[in-house]
Amino acid sequence: MSPLRGFASALIALTGGFATTFGMLFKRKPTIEYPSVKKQHAPRFHGLHELRRYADGKERCIGCELCAIACPANAITVIGAENAPGDRRSPGERYAARYEIDELRCIFCGLCEEACPTDAIVLTPRFEMADYRRGSFVYAKDRLLVPPQAGVGTAPDERPNGIPADLGTVAEQKSTVDIATGYDATNRGHILKTERRGLAG
Amino acid sequence: MLPAFGFALEAPWWVEVVVKSLVLLFIVVTTFAYSMLAERKILGWMQLRPGPNRVGPWGLLQPAADAAKMLLKEDLTPQTADTFIYRLAPFISLIAAMGVYAVIPFSESGNGLWSIGDVNAGILFVFALTSIGVYGISLAGWSSGSKYPLLGSVRSTAQMISYELAMTMSVVGVLILAGTTSLAGIVHAQNRLWFVIPQLGGFAIYLITAVAETNRTPFDLVEAETELVGGFHTEYSGLRFGLFFIAEYLNMITVSCIATLLFLGGWNAPFGLTVIPGIVWFVLKAGLFIFAYIWLRATLPRLRYDRLMAFGWKILLPAATLNLMLTAAVVAVTG
Repeated sequence: MSPLRGFASALIALTGGFATTFGMLFKRKPTIEYPSVKKQHAPRFHGLHELRRYADGKERCIGCELCAIACPANAITVIGAENAPGDRRSPGERYAARYEIDELRCIFCGLCEEACPTDAIVLTPRFEMADYRRGSFVYAKDRLLVPPQAGVGTAPDERPNGIPADLGTVAEQKSTVDIATGYDATNRGHILKTERRGLAG
Repeated sequence: MLPAFGFALEAPWWVEVVVKSLVLLFIVVTTFAYSMLAERKILGWMQLRPGPNRVGPWGLLQPAADAAKMLLKEDLTPQTADTFIYRLAPFISLIAAMGVYAVIPFSESGNGLWSIGDVNAGILFVFALTSIGVYGISLAGWSSGSKYPLLGSVRSTAQMISYELAMTMSVVGVLILAGTTSLAGIVHAQNRLWFVIPQLGGFAIYLITAVAETNRTPFDLVEAETELVGGFHTEYSGLRFGLFFIAEYLNMITVSCIATLLFLGGWNAPFGLTVIPGIVWFVLKAGLFIFAYIWLRATLPRLRYDRLMAFGWKILLPAATLNLMLTAAVVAVTG
């Protein structure tokens, strides 16, 4: 290539480059201005966990510890206890006296959700868990359990053989409950205030 | 009695100079702050980002936040540094960058030029001072006692010498046409025809060399973040780094102002639009150059060092010499 032609082609290439950057100046920016605008995640996004209840307010968790066994990150601790006959917390024999998930260990794989026989533990699309203390990332029942009015499905103790009839529907309920109506499941403001003073329990 | 910014002051000359300097200092530093914001905004837009927009409306208070940050940062001096020179270097850069504004005329009104001083060798003064600014960079790199800054300062010295030559050569064409070295005189000589038309080649060479002189992309080998970790200012932090930063931007504004004065007719209004005051035209034209520099930064990657040198010595310098000889010949023939 002669020097003159080389110069001309370089000039054309340069013009193209400058035109490209100038054109970008007026394009719509794809940036989501995060704290003020939040992206709507897919309904089945694997985010923060929650413990579900039945429509009558009973806890779904029966303290079987299958989630803790399934968990590849050993993030879940379940300590079950017998239901007292007068004050039944769950429809089964046992309930989770303590249920803790260390969200710093959790890899959000959703195996706990799959292992759960009663659809009690579910991953929600919530993802903003930032905090100042490591201890604050251990979520206990006070932050995991949904409020009683947010329960879904019929408890199996209403049925003779105790087999839940609503398995497999939680995925849909996840989207409807969480995104369409929405509720304040984790009372975070209140809990933060109490927990900043000491480590989480 | 020196003429003031559009109005005459009845005071001893030194009071007048100090007042004008303070006013100009304020204007220049504000211009620096907002041209920095403009650069970040425009770079952002060209990269499909919104740019800084969190501090104040549209990020307009960002410069204030940056200044506060700079002031509060720790001022570090490496153990191996030559302390006195290390501390002095940013001031050399800044004083040289600010001193130039003493002679730049921004506009003209009934009672005189809008400048601190009207020096009859204005353009020489400007080039002399901007060359002194290189000492700031070279000494900063050398006195840091660290390898990357040293490389940066060696590069800056070589780059400045190479491009200063071509830059001065490209300007001499304008001086021949205007027949004066006074900046105001050069602007007056462009009342009928801006020198960008007869000196198109010189204009192009000036623009390219000005980018190299101000250490901006694609000629920012002196600071090259990716290879030299910031080059001459690697070891600087806090306010001293801030001074270098101010000096760099002021240099960019300076070369934009000089380009306006030498080639775009300064405050002369185009198409006889004299309704709009000269200062507005000056700001618009200088702003155009600043935008061009930002645009350039968003578009071109950094040159390789040997190519930078080859480009300066083998292309720009001969081209500038040719332009100078042609101009001289034409002026000699046509009288």
